Amino acid sequence: MRIALAATCIADAMFPQAPKAVVTLLERLGHEVVFPPAQACCGQMHVNTGYLAEAVPVVRNHVRTFAPVADGEWDAVVVPSGSCTGSIRHQQRMVLEGAGLPAEARAATAVAERTYELSELLVDVLGVTDVGAWFPHRVTYHPTCHSLRMLGVGDKPERLLRAVEGLELVPLEQAEGCCGFGGTFSLKNADTSAAMLDDKVANVVETGAEVLTAGDWSCLMHIGGGLSRAGTGVRPMHLGEILASTREAPVHPADREEVSR
Amino acid sequence: MSTFLGMPAMRAGRGPSPDAAPGTLGGVGRPEDPLHWGATFPDAAKAALENEQLRRNLGNATRTIRTKRARVVGEVPDWEALRDAGSAIKADVLARLPELLETLERNVTARGGVVHWARDAAEANRIVADLVRAKETDEVVKVKSMATQEIGLNEALAEEGIAAVETDLAELIVQLADDMPSHILVPAIHRNRTEIRDIFLERMADAPPDLTDVPRELAMAARAHLRRKFLSAKVAISGANFAVADTGTLAVVESEGNGRMCLTLPETLITVMGIEKLVPTFDDLEVFLQLLPRSSTGERMNPYTSMWTGVTPGDGPQEFHLVLLDNGRTKVLADEAGRSALHCIRCSACLNVCPVYERVGGHAYGSVYPGPIGAILTPQLTGEKSDLPYASTLCGACYEVCPVKIDIPSILVELRAREVALAGSAPDAGDRVWKAAMKAASFAMADGDRFRRAARVPRALRAISRHGVIKRLPFPGSLWTRSRDLPEPPKQTFRDWWAEREDER
Amino acid sequence: MSDARTEMLSRIRTALGGSAPEPAEVPRVYRSVGEHGAGSDAVLELLVDRLVDYKAHVHRVSAAELPALLAELLLPGAPKADPGRSAEGQVVGSSDYRSPDILPTTRRAARSVVVPSGIDRAWVAGLAGVEVFRDSREAPLSAVELDGIDAVVTAARVAVAETGTIVLDGAPDQGRRAISLVPDVHVCVVRTSQVVQTVPEAVRLLDADPGRPLTWISGPSATSDIELDRVEGVHGPRTLHVALVS
Repeated sequence: MRIALAATCIADAMFPQAPKAVVTLLERLGHEVVFPPAQACCGQMHVNTGYLAEAVPVVRNHVRTFAPVADGEWDAVVVPSGSCTGSIRHQQRMVLEGAGLPAEARAATAVAERTYELSELLVDVLGVTDVGAWFPHRVTYHPTCHSLRMLGVGDKPERLLRAVEGLELVPLEQAEGCCGFGGTFSLKNADTSAAMLDDKVANVVETGAEVLTAGDWSCLMHIGGGLSRAGTGVRPMHLGEILASTREAPVHPADREEVSR
Repeated sequence: MSTFLGMPAMRAGRGPSPDAAPGTLGGVGRPEDPLHWGATFPDAAKAALENEQLRRNLGNATRTIRTKRARVVGEVPDWEALRDAGSAIKADVLARLPELLETLERNVTARGGVVHWARDAAEANRIVADLVRAKETDEVVKVKSMATQEIGLNEALAEEGIAAVETDLAELIVQLADDMPSHILVPAIHRNRTEIRDIFLERMADAPPDLTDVPRELAMAARAHLRRKFLSAKVAISGANFAVADTGTLAVVESEGNGRMCLTLPETLITVMGIEKLVPTFDDLEVFLQLLPRSSTGERMNPYTSMWTGVTPGDGPQEFHLVLLDNGRTKVLADEAGRSALHCIRCSACLNVCPVYERVGGHAYGSVYPGPIGAILTPQLTGEKSDLPYASTLCGACYEVCPVKIDIPSILVELRAREVALAGSAPDAGDRVWKAAMKAASFAMADGDRFRRAARVPRALRAISRHGVIKRLPFPGSLWTRSRDLPEPPKQTFRDWWAEREDER
Repeated sequence: MSDARTEMLSRIRTALGGSAPEPAEVPRVYRSVGEHGAGSDAVLELLVDRLVDYKAHVHRVSAAELPALLAELLLPGAPKADPGRSAEGQVVGSSDYRSPDILPTTRRAARSVVVPSGIDRAWVAGLAGVEVFRDSREAPLSAVELDGIDAVVTAARVAVAETGTIVLDGAPDQGRRAISLVPDVHVCVVRTSQVVQTVPEAVRLLDADPGRPLTWISGPSATSDIELDRVEGVHGPRTLHVALVS
């Protein structure tokens, strides 16, 4: 398959290890990965903060960049983020319609129909749960709210993790509770966000896991920031980073810059 | 331990205990406007978060009720079909509201009831006060009702020299403590048993002096206290959970039997009901009587549901008044995106699953409607600028449990856009900063080339990182680093790495 | 009628305006009947399970055994059919609030009983030594009088097994709403043929005469207002006996 990668703005700038891992993983599985360089952001932050007018050019850029997927130039678009996939699927059309751009809204729908979050792409589209990964560490998984409730990824990420050789998956108490990130919520309601974070950090520490994984670097940045501040030593890693790790090219939790070298 | 959550705008000399300063029992006092009081949400939340006792009370209570709800909802094989039906019935009601209200009025009148229309809180309060005064009584018993909370009926009656006695246990606790409810279903959820014992001992004249904090004993003390009132009251005031247009039947769903006492024993019953509480036909109740109890108290069915149609000769009140209340509802109705907030059946399931509500409690919302539903309903009812649409992480747990499928996260997003528009006309300093930041981000994120340059900017922060993390940033970054570290930005962005890789090929 | 009425209706019409949502077809694919017939063993078993779960006392008897059951439940010192679940009679009254442990499960001796005028007289014929009051819409007892009466015996209109609910509709054998409310013990007689599985079955049955005052009862009065800790028995009857008569 020819698969276009929407890296997400936050991972592109701050957590390149995640999209790099997606490239490594998909190429290992025999697929071709394309990175359309015109991409920037899906517009979620603007929409969710209420700046719809400012969201319009951002959304238009995303839709234009990925429109070729609707013409068959690529077979699918993959996004290493549940919330960005959710925004692409549920918000972009609405933003463009609201801006009086019906043709672009239709294009957005066509792109959204071929856009998948990583675990969806692997399990539903590529039909694999065992990706041949090796990761001999104790791991706990946080289902991020948007992948859980907007996308309904269900247990796909856990099925992928259970198939990883050497990986010990430990359940997280109150896993489905929000970590308190919520995009600009973490700034506008910083105290409440921090209180939610405290509980999530305590539950993660309770598992005794070495690594906390999730399908979204935004939530991982938040929980990871809390884990780091509390001096817990638990490492946040994107699901894709774990799935990219093999015996031949192992990824070590402590070594974030090492991914996919 | 007190639960003082910020000083709301006070009604001068009002409330059941005007001599007691608000806060002596941890109550927040009775606000001037029950839909808008207290500090801003972030400030009120901050104060609430500092109250360890409150957080424990809320955490225990919401966890308990969440578990109960999940268990009894799991028992129902056709739950999703019931939600679809409930949502569609409510949408149908809104579409046909004028016609259905007129039908209801006709049927209630035919059965001996009197229907009144109230445009706003003041008009509703005036109608009720006049009806009570005509009965020459200075005390009325009340069934817990959100509509009468919303219009501040008790305070309005107090001004006329009429004491309104709340008979729901939690409402009684709140009233005695000169407090405000902090939950739609369990108004005293912020109080633990010891606080309640103290409130009873100080404010309930006939409380046994050796009262302990065992919940059964507290409940029995309330039973004894209220029974005298029930037996002597001439007028009762209630809300309504449902009104059936086709038959003129009203329904009140409750647990304790205080509702039955009020709806049955006094000679006169006055029911105040929001205009959206309608269902078209009697059979529609079969949907809501399944959805509501399981969503609210987590029971298969609440202990008591009363249904009455006008006046039944020889049985129950012989005079019945129905007050139909607008008070902002038509404003909500006018908003196509937000009008489904009027589907709400006040079950409070969204509060119990909300991670924000669970941490900060109901008072932080500064409205009788707290939690996720309050965050959409309150700003729509008042039409004022509000920070409530931002009091959510958009985690979606509320939508998942809503028995009438109100897409609260999407409405929150719509309302945020409205807030931005409202801020546009009279921006404060904060609004200007956000606007500027969002404009700049929009520029940078609407083009791949511009973003390539922008994405490299964080790299500069590597200069202040230590051991791979940044622990302190200047404002507004400090909002982040106050509670969390920021990882050191990478040496190279993803797209630069990709470009380099492509070049090497 | 009034300005307010006209203005509110006009506001609503304006609010709906051009964007009036289409009257939606309501999807009714939920269960309107259960898989078990009214009065079937499966339905009765379910009802008993739900009632007991909500701390009601359930007694299964034949019609002939009913008077003896009522005597057993209401007479002081009557022989106990189920000694494991009974305790000696306790005095009723608001002063016993300090007896938290014995309240919901205790069978209390009644000195007085109220019954609706339309009840089968044979039911209460065996209550020697208990004062039996008859109440009707035409000759109602006052609330204060009812407060002095210990127990009430009524029939019912329909029962819902899945939710453990009994519905009274004010017919002459069920009486005015006040009589099943004020006394502290309610003995409700339900015929097994009246038990349906689901809520819609009951609602559609009641829809034959929806104007009657309806009281849906699911277990005794209860509150969870203090720390979500369920306390049975607040204002309504603190003890609910259900006699399931086949």
